Amino acid sequence: MIPVIEREVVQKRGWLEQEEIADLVSVAGTAPGGVGVNSAVFIGYRKSGIAGACMAVLGITLPTFAIVYLLSVFYLNFDNNPKIIAALKGIHGAIIALILLAAFKMVKTSLIDVSTTVIVAAALAVMLFTSIHPLFIIASGIVAGILLVNGKELLGMKVRTEPETSRPSDQQLFPEYYI
Amino acid sequence: MLGQLFIVFLKIGFISFGGGYAVIPMIEREMNRLGWIDAHAFQKIVSLAGMSPGPIATNSATLIGFNLAGFPGAIAATLGMVLPSLILVIVIVAFCMRYHRSKQVKASFYGLRPIVTGLILYAALHFGFLSHSETLFTWSTLMTMLICTGCLYAILKYKLHPIVVIVASGFAGIVLF
Repeated sequence: MIPVIEREVVQKRGWLEQEEIADLVSVAGTAPGGVGVNSAVFIGYRKSGIAGACMAVLGITLPTFAIVYLLSVFYLNFDNNPKIIAALKGIHGAIIALILLAAFKMVKTSLIDVSTTVIVAAALAVMLFTSIHPLFIIASGIVAGILLVNGKELLGMKVRTEPETSRPSDQQLFPEYYI
Repeated sequence: MLGQLFIVFLKIGFISFGGGYAVIPMIEREMNRLGWIDAHAFQKIVSLAGMSPGPIATNSATLIGFNLAGFPGAIAATLGMVLPSLILVIVIVAFCMRYHRSKQVKASFYGLRPIVTGLILYAALHFGFLSHSETLFTWSTLMTMLICTGCLYAILKYKLHPIVVIVASGFAGIVLF
């Protein structure tokens, strides 16, 4: 997603400077929501304020909205067709594969030491075996992060809060088309 | 109904860290709690949302909105899901660029990233094998595992584009189920 945006916005249109791409990546990746939508807001706002941000969001949302909408109208007409139901069950397997790939990608960027590995296991266990709302799990992750980093520093340990820079070949492995 | 749809997805939108897949379990719990969509219908929605381009969370919102309240519902749910991104990114760019790389923000994400990973792993497990199947080894779960493994292999080894893999697994589904 980011390389496509970079080519269009920096090289072709000159809307952003090359140095601003680093800001774009970090804001779009960390704010809630899809990377594409967040990038659109960032660029739209930088170029022409709130109105620009709104138009950019509209622009990036409309095509997917139209596709999803047409797909659901289409599906409604074939809801009882056994072939379509079977095809959708097959596609379900592919979607699980895509979710696993996203998880694998996240594992590589988030498991950087023992503490983070424990947090992943704990989050998974809480989701599997309790009915605690994910909101609380997210909030406790933020608290745990702040406590761990500051605690470790107090103890004089060195903490790395970010993974080492990933190799560019990893980027192409998983298309961000769906994220 | 429209207002409720908007509010529900607005709430989910504000905590949708990690973009897409991590949000799916949250949406399912919310739908379950409200009694809007049952597990079986939700699974179909995730498949349809996953095969469309764009973030799976936003696509699911569109589909759920459409299922519950037609075209206006689709718009209300999608708006609810996208609005938090719009508000938060503008606030960050306008006021918080200086703090964005601060130590405490980095520390928060040090804890948050593994949580998002856990949520995505849960989503994969849950939709693969745990939801609405009484026994693990039925024909349908085994075939789903087979298709899933094939897709992983095709994407990692042969670098096929996901859309090719999705279409192929649709045909595999017609043959197998």
